[in-house]
Parts: sequence; C-alpha cells; structure tokens
Amino acid sequence: MKNYKTMVLSNQEISPGYHRMRILAPGFDEISRPGQFVMFRVQMSLPPLLRRPFGIFRTGFLPPDCDGLPPKEYLELLYKVVGRGTGIMSDLHEGDRVEVLGPLGKGFDTGNPGEEKILVGGGIGLVPLFSLALELTKTSKVRLLMGGRTRDDILAVTEFERLGVETYVSTDDGSLGEEGMVTQVLQRKLDKYPHAAVYACGPLPMLRAVHDICAPRGTSLQVSLEALMACGVGACLGCVVKGRGHSEENPQLLCTCKEGPVFRAEQLDWSNLEKEPDYCEGCAS
Amino acid sequence: MMNCREEKNKRSAPNLAVDIAGIHLRNPVMPASGTFGYGEEYATYLDLEGIGAIITKGLSLKPKAGNPTPRIAETISGMLNAIGLQNVGVDAFIKYKLPFLREINTPVIVNFFGNTLEEYGEVAERLSDIPEVAGVELNISCPNVKKGGIVFGTDPRAASEVVALVRKNISKPLIVKLTPNVTDITVTARAVEDAGADAISCINTLTGMAVDVRTRRPRLANTTGGLSGPAIRPIAVRMVHQVAQAVKIPVIGVGGIMRAMDALEFLIVGATAVQVGTANFVDPGAMAGIVAGIEEFCIEEGISDVRELIGSLEV
Ligand SMILES: Cc1cc2nc3c(=O)[nH]c(=O)nc-3n(C[C@H](O)[C@H](O)[C@H](O)COP(=O)(O)OP(=O)(O)OC[C@H]3O[C@@H](n4cnc5c(N)ncnc54)[C@H](O)[C@@H]3O)c2cc1C
Ligand SMILES: Cc1cc2nc3c(=O)[nH]c(=O)nc-3n(C[C@H](O)[C@H](O)[C@H](O)COP(=O)(O)O)c2cc1C
Ligand code: FES
Repeated sequence: MKNYKTMVLSNQEISPGYHRMRILAPGFDEISRPGQFVMFRVQMSLPPLLRRPFGIFRTGFLPPDCDGLPPKEYLELLYKVVGRGTGIMSDLHEGDRVEVLGPLGKGFDTGNPGEEKILVGGGIGLVPLFSLALELTKTSKVRLLMGGRTRDDILAVTEFERLGVETYVSTDDGSLGEEGMVTQVLQRKLDKYPHAAVYACGPLPMLRAVHDICAPRGTSLQVSLEALMACGVGACLGCVVKGRGHSEENPQLLCTCKEGPVFRAEQLDWSNLEKEPDYCEGCAS
Repeated sequence: MMNCREEKNKRSAPNLAVDIAGIHLRNPVMPASGTFGYGEEYATYLDLEGIGAIITKGLSLKPKAGNPTPRIAETISGMLNAIGLQNVGVDAFIKYKLPFLREINTPVIVNFFGNTLEEYGEVAERLSDIPEVAGVELNISCPNVKKGGIVFGTDPRAASEVVALVRKNISKPLIVKLTPNVTDITVTARAVEDAGADAISCINTLTGMAVDVRTRRPRLANTTGGLSGPAIRPIAVRMVHQVAQAVKIPVIGVGGIMRAMDALEFLIVGATAVQVGTANFVDPGAMAGIVAGIEEFCIEEGISDVRELIGSLEV
C-alpha cells in the first residue's frame, strides 16, 4: 500500500448519476486483491477534508500510445454521486491531480477452484464483485445475481457477461429483468447449486437477507461492508463493526477498513450490526 | 576556522531538536493521540524515525468498547468524532503493541485516562516501570464516573487531584493534555503545573454537534462529539498563546495543524513542540511534510535553531 500522487486518465458518466474514473496507478495491479479498496483524495484544497473510500472496479493497461512509451497502468473506480465529495469527483477531467491511498483492507478469499460461485450485488455493490469475477472466472463457474431499484442502477452487466459470468437481473420496479428482490433469485439458485459459495456486496438490508438465506443452509458467505471512514488504515476507529461474541467487557470490534471490508459471515454479530443512517444529500459538508 | 562551504552547510541544516520535560525529540513534530493508532498503522506510509515522538491512542485500565456508530461526521473544515476512547487496555498494549514500538528509534509517549481517580493512578503505576515508555500524556478530558460524570479537566480541583496522584505513581516525564471546553484554560493550566505536571499539551477536541435536518437525528450516535481539524486551529493557537504565558513548563500545541506554516504559528506563540492529528487521515505523510517545511522555513529565514522561534511572537 502506498499513497499514489497521480492523475485522472478519464472520467465518464455511464448511467444517470454513475461515473467511471480511470486513474494512473503504476504497479497497482501487482499488489491489489479483489475486494480491497482505496481512500481517494477528491481535491488538494478543502473541502472536503477527509478522503472517501471506494472499491476497486478493476485494474488494467491502456492500449499503448504511439509515443512508444510502455502502456499506462490504470485503476478504475465506479462511483455513484451521492454528496459533496462524489459531486466534485464527477467534475474531474483527464490530467487533474488526485491522490489514492491503497490498496487497503482485506479482500475476498477466492475459495477452491472448480467450486460453483454465486455473486450477489445490490446497486453500487457490484464494484468489488467485478474484480472478483475477473479472478474467479479463471477457475470456476460464476453466476451473478444483480439487483437495483431501477434499470439505471444496473451497471456493467455486459462486462460480466463478456467474462463468461451467467447474469440474472432483478429490479424493484421491474424496469429491467425480474421484478422483485435479488434474494428471491438467490433462493432458487441455491436450491439448484447447493454447494455454491456466495459473495455479496450491497446495502445492509440486502446483506442481512442474503445471510438469512445462507446461514441455515451452511452456505459459505463472504460479505463486503461499508462504513464511514476517516483514515482507512485502522488508526481512527471510526469504522468499527461488532464481531461475533462482542460484549462491553470483552469488546470484539472489527475495523471495516483493516479487518474488512470483506468479512466471512460468521465473523460478524448479525443481530447487532448498526446501519449507518442515510444522511440527506448535502447535509454532510 | 570554517571555510565558506562548511559555513553554508551549517547554515543549511538548522537544529530542529527540542526537549520536552527531559524527553529529547529530534524535531518538534509528533502525532496527536487517537489519530495514529499504536504507530504501526502508519509505518508503511511514514518513516517513524523521522518524527519527534510517537504518541499512542489513549489507554485505560481495561479494554474499552467505545461508542456505537456512526462515530464520525465531517463538518466544514473539520470532523466530529465520538469514538468513545475505544482501546485495547494497558496490559494488552504492553504485551501486543509495545514490541513493535521497541524496535523504532523514536521516543514513545503513552496517552492514558481513567474513569475514576483510582483508575488513573493504577494505569500510571503499570506504565511506571516499562523502560520503552519515554513519558506519559494524561488525558483529563474524560468524565469521572464516580463523581456523576463531571469531566476531570473542567474542574481545576479534580484536575489537580488526578495529576497529583499520577505524579506520585510515576517518575517518568508527565505531560497533561488540557480540554478547551472551559471558560479560562489558564486556570486549569496553572492547577496542573502546581500539581506536578512537567509539560502541557493543548488542545483536545472542542465539543460539537451536527444534525441531519431531514431525519432530524444527530449525525453521531453519541449525539455530541469532539471537533478537530483546521476549523479549530485559531482557537487552539489562542489557547496555546494564553497557556504559554501562564505557566513555566513547556507547552505542546495541538489543533488543526495541516502544514508546516500552521505548526510554525504554534511555535511562535510559545509551543515547544506540536502534535498533528486529523491531518494524518487526510495525508498519511503529513508529518514528514511538516518537518521538511519547518526545516525549509528555518533555512529561508536564516534561523539556525528552531528553538529561536519558540515564543518569538511580536506584539
Ligand atoms: C469500503 C468501501 C467501498 C466503497 N466503494 C464504493 C464504490 O465503489 N462506489 C461508490 O460509489 N461508493 C462506494 N463507497 C461509498 C462511498 O465511499 C460514499 O458514497 C462516499 O464517501 C460519499 O462521499 P460524498 O462526499 O459524495 O458524500 P457525503 O456528502 O459525505 O454524504 C452523502 C451520502 O453518502 C453517504 N456516505 C458518506 N460516506 C460514506 C461511506 N464511507 N460509506 C457509505 N456511505 C457513505 C452518507 O451517509 C450520505 O448518505 C464505498 C464505501 C466503503 C466504506
Ligand atoms: C478520531 C480521533 C480520536 C482521538 N482520540 C484521542 C484520545 O484517545 N486521547 C486524546 O487525548 N485525544 C484524542 N483525540 C484528540 C486529538 O489528539 C487532538 O487533540 C485533536 O484531534 C485536535 O488536533 P487536530 O485538529 O490536529 O486533529 C482524538 C481525535 C480524533 C480526531
Ligand atoms: S477508517 Fe479509521 S479505523 Fe477504519
């Protein structure tokens, strides 16, 4: 991990409110694992003061320029504009200076080759699942169950398909794929592939529902959590979640940034996971 | 006789070292407690042997769970935190965190607190014979559970009592960290000096609050929290100025330092050294940049010893 003082290579809106940003990051691929994240410094001046955490969508190389220089290695983020920081990010252009601290945290355990894998993504939660799919599809059959509010929240499905991932889409309003919850699809898939390992990232209620399906079946489940973060490196203790067996006398608090963001379901105290309240946009400075 | 070249080299490397209560610091820059974990969290981003000292997260007698989340909220040019002093406890610190720090050639200052007077005394005792601990920093900004939750640091008598007890239990250099949430900080400063403090650090965070207007809920689960970051710097500078004039012991300036220029403000108003807190989150290399910036400033201004700056305010 290091602090890359680098620049934006490209930044595009791909669906209303969703953007993809490529950042120059030499050597990043070598050291990062699927499920890790970065702390992104939106701009060198204030505000916002603190960095913002983002998952790693993918790493790659730009096609070589005709300048004869080696191809540029990039890190790609996919983000949703929800407030001030992401708003400023969406206005960044090629060549703008940014800082990226990472890769941070623990990523996914990619499990056994050949094992069936089911990825469950809710909205922006697909981000770490894409870098995971890049890895898993090398050795396993991978299925993606993708949920969102409307069709605008369903992203990058064709890219998953290009990797050979079988995808199933559901939306709350039925504007794309099946109408309803992604968890209904998960029930059916687990009935059919009872030995599959499940990987999930999305809003906490979705993760809880996925856990409630997997736990009684004894299905292996890894989840990627979000938390408000100040440091991203385990120093501020702002991002803790309760681990299994937590009590006041014997605190079992896990830093989402350092011991996560990916956790095995059995590490967490599911009955006491606190949902971060949804602040209204613009309330956060 | 020095030749020209030697003369120039001498000029270009000003002395940055300072002493705080007998602790020798290679430069006046150290982390603020609670923003730097136990040191190892930042070891990959910053040369721990390039800063003046390492200050740990605040420790208590027993491990402490801290507050529910959300524990942090960004505000204009600052952040509120209500971590609730979560820490591993003094024994686990000595067993699991100190071995890493032992290998680093930089003085380790342990920040600690108690929920009762007795707890303060007991933690001090446990730290007293640990050779790797260069000094301690006493956080008196916590509520005294036995006295109905009044904050030790806001009552000069309680502050004086806790400092005197800790003084009795430990012979290591004792820094007392003051809370700014008082009417006149010089009163507490004098009280802790009289009770035996070797140095004072100030300021801790200012109590603040932020509300989500749509849900009408506080943005922190604890309702209120401590404000830190650039937003508090002018207040911190003012308080360090006042305290430095009120006491004879050295003062360490803390509050909103982001760059070398900010650190210099504190030195000029009378701080012997500074602590950097929230800035570590924004840039994990911040302290290295601040040390370099102070050195550069001294060279540009023809200052051969950083101590010349301390209390050099022109009024
Ligand atoms: C490990 C991790 C990975 C993430 N990956 C992605 C990603 O790949 N793409 C993406 O779009 N977003 C991701 N997020 C969420 C992203 O960090 C927030 O959306 C972002 O910080 C909001 O910044 P802002 O200044 O625009 O919002 P603010 O103005 O600060 O707040 C606006 C809204 O965003 C919410 N928010 C603020 N900070 C966070 C946070 N740290 N986590 C969750 N919600 C937050 C607030 O509750 C509020 O509702 C991730 C978060 C974490 C912890
Ligand atoms: C997340 C966080 C945790 C903190 N924890 C402690 C602590 O355990 N003990 C303590 O004395 N001060 C603690 N502080 C206060 C800082 O040490 C410092 O006094 C304050 O943040 C002001 O400095 P800054 O503006 O540079 O951050 C904490 C501050 C923050 C932001
Ligand atoms: S964000 Fe600071 S400890 Fe996790």
